[in-house]
Formats: sequence, C-alpha cells, structure tokens
Amino acid sequence: MQTSSSSMPLPKRLIGFFAVMIALTAAVAVLGVILGMVGSFVSNGGGGVTWTFLTEFPRNNNTEGGIWPALAGTTLLVLLMTILGVPVGTATAIYLTEFAKQDSWFARSVRFAVNTLAGVPSIVFGLFGVGFFIQFMGNGLDSWLGTSSFGDGSLLWSAATLAVLTLPVVIVAVEEALRAVPRDLREASLALGATRWQTITKVVIPNAVTGILTGSILAVGRGAGEVAAILFVGVTYSSESIPTAVTEKFMHLGYHLFVLSTQSPDVDLTLPLQYATTLVLLGLTFLLNLTAILIRSRLRKR
Amino acid sequence: MEWSIRLVASASIVVIFLILLFVMREAATLFVGKSATTTQATSTGAPTADLAPESYNPDAEAAPASTEPDVYNPEAQDPAAAGSQGEPGAPGQFIYASKNPKYPEIYNPDTGLLPTDIDEVVEETASADTLAEQSVLSKLGGDAWQPVGEIPKFGVKPLLIGTFKTTSIAILIGAPLGILAALYVAFFARRRVREIVKPAIELLAGFPSVVIGFFCLVTVASYIQDVTGAPYRLNAIVGGIGLALAVIPIVFSIAEDALSAVPKTLREASLALGSTEWQTAYRVMLPAAAPGVFAAVLLGIGRAFGETMIAIMATGNAPLSSFSPLEPARTVAATIGSEMGEVVWGSEHYGVLFFMGVMLFVFSFGLNAITELYVKKRLIKKFQGQ
Amino acid sequence: MAKDLPLKIETHDFSFFYGAKQALHNITIGIPERRVTAFIGPSGCGKSTFLRSINRMNDLIDGTRVDGHMVVDGADVYSKDVDVVTLRRRIGMVFQKSIPFPKSIYENITYGLTLNERRSKSDLDSIVESCLRRAALWDEVKDRLHNSALGLSGGQQQRLCIARAVAINPDILLMDEPCSALDPISTGKVEELITELKDTYTIVLVTHNMQQAARVSDFTGFFLMGSLIEFDRTRTLFTSPSKKETEDYITGRFG
Repeated sequence: MQTSSSSMPLPKRLIGFFAVMIALTAAVAVLGVILGMVGSFVSNGGGGVTWTFLTEFPRNNNTEGGIWPALAGTTLLVLLMTILGVPVGTATAIYLTEFAKQDSWFARSVRFAVNTLAGVPSIVFGLFGVGFFIQFMGNGLDSWLGTSSFGDGSLLWSAATLAVLTLPVVIVAVEEALRAVPRDLREASLALGATRWQTITKVVIPNAVTGILTGSILAVGRGAGEVAAILFVGVTYSSESIPTAVTEKFMHLGYHLFVLSTQSPDVDLTLPLQYATTLVLLGLTFLLNLTAILIRSRLRKR
Repeated sequence: MEWSIRLVASASIVVIFLILLFVMREAATLFVGKSATTTQATSTGAPTADLAPESYNPDAEAAPASTEPDVYNPEAQDPAAAGSQGEPGAPGQFIYASKNPKYPEIYNPDTGLLPTDIDEVVEETASADTLAEQSVLSKLGGDAWQPVGEIPKFGVKPLLIGTFKTTSIAILIGAPLGILAALYVAFFARRRVREIVKPAIELLAGFPSVVIGFFCLVTVASYIQDVTGAPYRLNAIVGGIGLALAVIPIVFSIAEDALSAVPKTLREASLALGSTEWQTAYRVMLPAAAPGVFAAVLLGIGRAFGETMIAIMATGNAPLSSFSPLEPARTVAATIGSEMGEVVWGSEHYGVLFFMGVMLFVFSFGLNAITELYVKKRLIKKFQGQ
Repeated sequence: MAKDLPLKIETHDFSFFYGAKQALHNITIGIPERRVTAFIGPSGCGKSTFLRSINRMNDLIDGTRVDGHMVVDGADVYSKDVDVVTLRRRIGMVFQKSIPFPKSIYENITYGLTLNERRSKSDLDSIVESCLRRAALWDEVKDRLHNSALGLSGGQQQRLCIARAVAINPDILLMDEPCSALDPISTGKVEELITELKDTYTIVLVTHNMQQAARVSDFTGFFLMGSLIEFDRTRTLFTSPSKKETEDYITGRFG
C-alpha cells in the first residue's frame, strides 16, 4: 500500500478548495465593506474635522459651522445615562453571580429578561420613553410638583431611556468580569470570617472594577450612537445653547447626522459636514469599543 | 442587604413589564373611542382642514391611476407641505438629490406623496363617512398607509410587506456572509489571522446605525443604481444591504461562539477517520453547532426588522405594497421613527404607532423566547445525549 | 523477540517535541502485523503521544516537531509527499472518551465511507450491519439505527466508535485508553472485541491498566519519561522483565 498518493478524487479536491475559498471570501467581503466604509468616511470627512468644526455652533440652518452643541449634548447624555444605568446593571450582575442560585426561578427569569431586553428594537425603547418617562413619570411629576418642565422630551428622559436600553450591555460585561474573579479568593475571604457582603465589597468588586469599566464604556459607545430610541424623547435638531438643566432638550451627533443627511433642503451642500460628523461619531464609538475590547481581552487572559 | 440587591436585580423583569404596559397603554387610546375626537395635524403646521377634499377611493386605487403602474397613490396633495421643503429639519421629509433628476427622491409622509405622481394626482371622490366609522382593527387591515389627511388610512399591509421585503433581503445577504465568515474564523484561519479578523468584524457591531444608514444613502445607493438601473435611488435592496451590515456582526459572533463551542474532540475524531479539514468543518462541526447557528439567524432577523435608522435612511421609506426589491419600501419600525415626532400626542395616529410598537415588541419577545427556551435546550441536548 | 513476525509499524530513533520540550526520546520499535500491541506506563510517560504520532494526530497541535523515522508499511509517515488524509484513512483511531458525532448511529458509521465517494443505499446498509456486528453492537441497536448516537450508553458509544473506525477498512487500529471511561462489563465487551479484531487488524492499544494489557495483548511496551524502556512478548514482559524499571512498575512499586 502507498502512503504518498491521495485517495481523494479531483472533483472532491475542487469542492474542498471552493468550500474553504467561499468561507474566506465571506470573511474578506465583510472586512472589505468595513474598510471601505471607514475609508470613505476618512477620505471624505477627514479634512472637515478641524478644531473649529468641533468647537463651533452650527450656523445658517445647520449648513455651516461646527458640531459643538451636538458633541456636548451627546457627552452630557451618555454621562447622565451612565449615572442612571450602570449602578443598576452592576447590582443585577452582582446578584446574578454572587447571590442567585443559578437554576432558581428568579435568577432564570432575570436572565431571560436581560436577554429579551437586549433583543427589543431600540425604537420600542423610544416609545417606552414617551409612554412611561414623559407621559407617566413626567406628567406625574409635573402635576405633583406643580411644574411644567418634566412632561416633555428632555436630556433626563433621553438618558433614562438609554439607561434602560443599555442595561443588558452593562449586566453582561460586569457579569463576565465577576465570573473571572477566582472562587478561591471568595472562599479565602469567607474563611477569614468576612461576611458575604464584606467579601463582595472588599474582594469581589475591587477585582471586577475593570469589568464594570468595560460595561460602562460599551454602554456609552452604544448610547452615543443610538438615535432611534431618543428620536422623540428630547433630542432636537437645532439649539442655541448647551443644555444647563436636565429638563432641557439637547442636540446629538447621531441625530444631527440624520437630520443633515435626510432632512435638510440641500443635502449635497452639507455633504462635507455630514462626512465630518460621521467621522467624529464613528471615531468616538470606535475608540470606546476598542478600549472595551482591549480591556476585555486583557481580562480574559488573566 | 441581599433583599435590596435582589430588588434592584429585578429591574430587568420590571422593565419588560413596564415596556409592555406603557407602550400598550398609549396604544389603548385606539380602542377606547378617544380617537373620534382627535383631529390630525402635523407639527409642520400645514393646516389639514384647508386641504382639498380628496379622499380615498378604492376603485381609483385598484385601477392603474397613472401611466406609472407602480405609483404610490397619493391621498392628499398638500402644496403647503410641499412648499415647506425649504425648511431645514422639517420633519418627515426625506430628500436626497438624485442622480437622475427624473426621479427626485422625495417622499413626504405628511402628504403620502411620491415625487413621480406630483403631477399625476388623481382626483378621488369621497367615501369619507363610511371610512371614518370603520373600526380601528378593520382600518389597520386596509391596503394603504396614509395617516395624514382628511380621511387617514392606517392600513399596515404595505408596512408589513416593506418590513418583510427588507428583512428578507438583509437575512439573505447577511446570514450566509456572517455564518461563512464565522466558519472561516473558527476553523480555517490561522490563529494570527483569527485574532485580527474576529475583533474587526465584531467592531462592526459598534457602528452606529445612522452611520451605516448614511453610508448606504451616499455610497451604496449610487452603486446599486449604477448596477441595477433601478428607477428609485433608494430602494429595498439598498435598505436590505444596510440592514445586512447590521445583521452580519450579530450572526457572525453568535455563530462563531456556537462553532467554537463544539468540542475539539469531535474534530479530532473526524480527522482520525481520514476526513479533511473542510469536510470536518462542513459535515461535522457546522451540523453540531446548528442550533446555535439557527439562534444566530433568529437574532439577526430580530435585529433586521426592528432596526429603525437604517430603514428610514436607506429604503426610500415609501409605503408601497410592492414586493419588488428595486422599489422603495417602508418598514414598521421606520414608520414609527419617522412619524412619531409629528403626531398629535393622544391622537388616533399616535395610538396606531404605539400599536405597531407593541407588535414589534411582541415579535422580538417571541424570537428571543424561541432562542432561549428551544434552541439552548437543543444545543445542550445535542452534546449531552438523551 | 518477535523476529519471525512481519512488522507493520517500525520506528528508528523517533523523537517528538512540544515546542522546546522533548516528549519522546529516540524510540526504536517494531510493531508486528495482526497482533495486539499494548503500551503501558505511568501517565505522562509519552505512550499516548507515541500513539498519536503514528497517524499524525499530533500535527493538529501547534509547535510540535518530530525527529527520526516512523515507518508504516515501509514508507515514512513523516516524509513530505505523504497525504495525511490518506494516511489516516488507513489508520483508524479510537479515543479515550467515546466521541460519537451528534448524528444518528447509521450516519456515524457511514460518515467516513461517504466522505470521498457515493455509495448505494443497499451498499451502505450492508456495511453498517457488518460493522455493527463486528463491534458486537448490532443486536443492541438494530431497531434504532436512525436514532441519535448520543442516546447510547458509554460502552455502546465506544463500540460504535470502534465500528465507525472499522467501517473505512483500515489496516491499523490505534486505541488510546479505550476503556478508561467504561464500567467493567462494557470493558469486558470491548476487550472481547479487540481480541476478535486482531485477526484482521494490527491493533495498538494504550492503556493505564496492566491487567488489561496482560489480558488482551500479544506484545507489550513499557514507556517511562518519554523513553521506551522495554518491549517484548506480553507474557515475557510481565513474568520476567529484563529491566529494573519495568519490574518496579508492574509490581506496583510506582506509577
């Protein structure tokens, strides 16, 4: 018997070649589109991203000038969102990893809810923002406090909507970090006579800080780019000033791009602005995601 | 301490109920008779009462209304709104300078007007009274979506067709690409290559959907029009490609997880039987990961039909009852996204939009329940026997 | 020793490296055709690594390297023009854990057969039956051939894996501790099967169980720290080992 000649007939070898090539082609195609997209934004928008573009107000019905209020509005929005959402997400993750019996009815329900929440279309969160935050909470607060500032779209309600939307992102990231904390560490702490709560605050959370950070960054990345959910809960296409109160409306990079590219009278005129805005928005989310990915991969190696 | 953290942890469950409750509550205005008292008005300030009394005529729509067989049948011609196109940010207008001046890409949902038929509006005779008295549900079952006008029409059929059309295109493009790329990364790529390709594709998941929508609007649309010669620059294919870009990273990362989770021993066993790497990948590993790959496609579908910004920006956003991929489409999500900002809160139109929100929620909930309860069990069963 | 028997597998100064770490040291051995050869030794001694070198399964691990010669049927397995796939089709392998594919019993058997050629249904049916009969599994599974193989017991799964390996009609069967995860009754059945199969196949068996080696094998090799300490007829090796290390091991002084 020979070992050297192949038993595989030529047609089969061809099929094998194509089977690998088609998978390779798919991967290359996806990468190509990503590179093409980024390349087009960089080459068309790169020149437009200047210091004045970042720091000026838009002028002349958004057809000239910069994106400062949109940049500032987005930043304020994600900061407020983080303050509202990350503690809840972290607490949920702590509950799921540290307290819950993994197959208990309650833990399974929470998990199911988190996964469901991750799959709900963002536009539904937008409707939820209108129905719950503005109509129910806002109007409720107004009639209770005798004010008239809560019953309308605002920075606060947009941030709250996004906090709900990004909740699963935070929970999943923090949970992963908490699971990476070795069991021995917990047991060592408990064996020294620490209570469960002391173990969590003194041992588990300090070890999971990077995870909480990753979760927050990912959430911020998601929130910064999310437009559909805030369309009717407080974003505005033009603003004379940076919001100074949480009940004010605000400008947002993503919405700004949306308005410029679809709703302005002469879209071609503002095309350079659109590209520059896209580049800023993409650069922002890209940086955030990249940071999170790097932190995460370091965490996984540990 | 434990009970308080348990309370916070239940937030996710509470939110699910709150979403259902409060989105439904707003939709409920439809069914409690409040709708009869509200009038339709838009924030553009176009006084609808001043409109020419043009109303829906089923006969007129059934017959070809104009020389263009696929023309969207306008219900109201609103010169005021048409004139207001000059206002920046006038809501609901989606304008894009077309390469082909014959078909300026203007669709104004306030008037239900497509550019091609501006000059070809057919005068319709009234059947207003009968329509106004129709029940909400039979209105939703209608054939046309023209929410603004003297007799608003809330037929969701064109929207469902549009959603179906764009979602199908997105999945037909996105699922094979995502799965094959996952197969490549999981089994064929060398480790160096894998460590670059995988995060690169996953980075696409972080692209804001407005950015993808913008890319489709300015780049993909021109390219597709050059290739296909489609009359409308923005159409279901362009939208479908945009949605596919949103679907690919989801399908990719879930499928890749599922493929990598197949025990390495299976690969060894297959190779030991004298099969090649590709035979092992396609005949053993892929079938073994099938439930996970199926879940990836389901979640991809969920992403595609619920995606709003890409659908608004790249599909042409016209509620046509056409299955042609080269014609514009309007999805349910895009309808909510583009009209919610202009409705009178509490009006019938408002209720209908919320009702569609409930539809989206229920559908995504169902998809998720299938993946959670069925697919994961299948996956576990597959590797543990019984 | 077995100079009178034709040799199926021969190695000369065969060494194996995981990166910088040498796992096998200059192994020289001749494994006779149509006999059962067992390798024993403490865990980590290299016996499995040696087994997996025969059909080049170690190629799958990054950063491995071999030195010396591994000759099967007179041809060097590691020479450049060898097609690994063809090689593996001639050398069947059964693993420590039974690894049925998540497919039906029937599909598990036919998997290797249909990789490169089409075969008629009746052809496949008869091969499936004969392989399952050879593996002494036919009577237990004949009514549920199209059920998932994962529904079988551990012992049945392992016999299915043997049937699957036999189906592609190899000359050599490599068995890597095939009974270590099985209960005594299943082990007995697999051992019985090995004895029956040795008329047709050259069987190389790695086991941590000396009684098993004594029961089923004709020849036994003792590995220690990556070296082949002693290789002889099983009876000779167990009754009058020539090396001190072998004696220490089989009398239970270590390992």
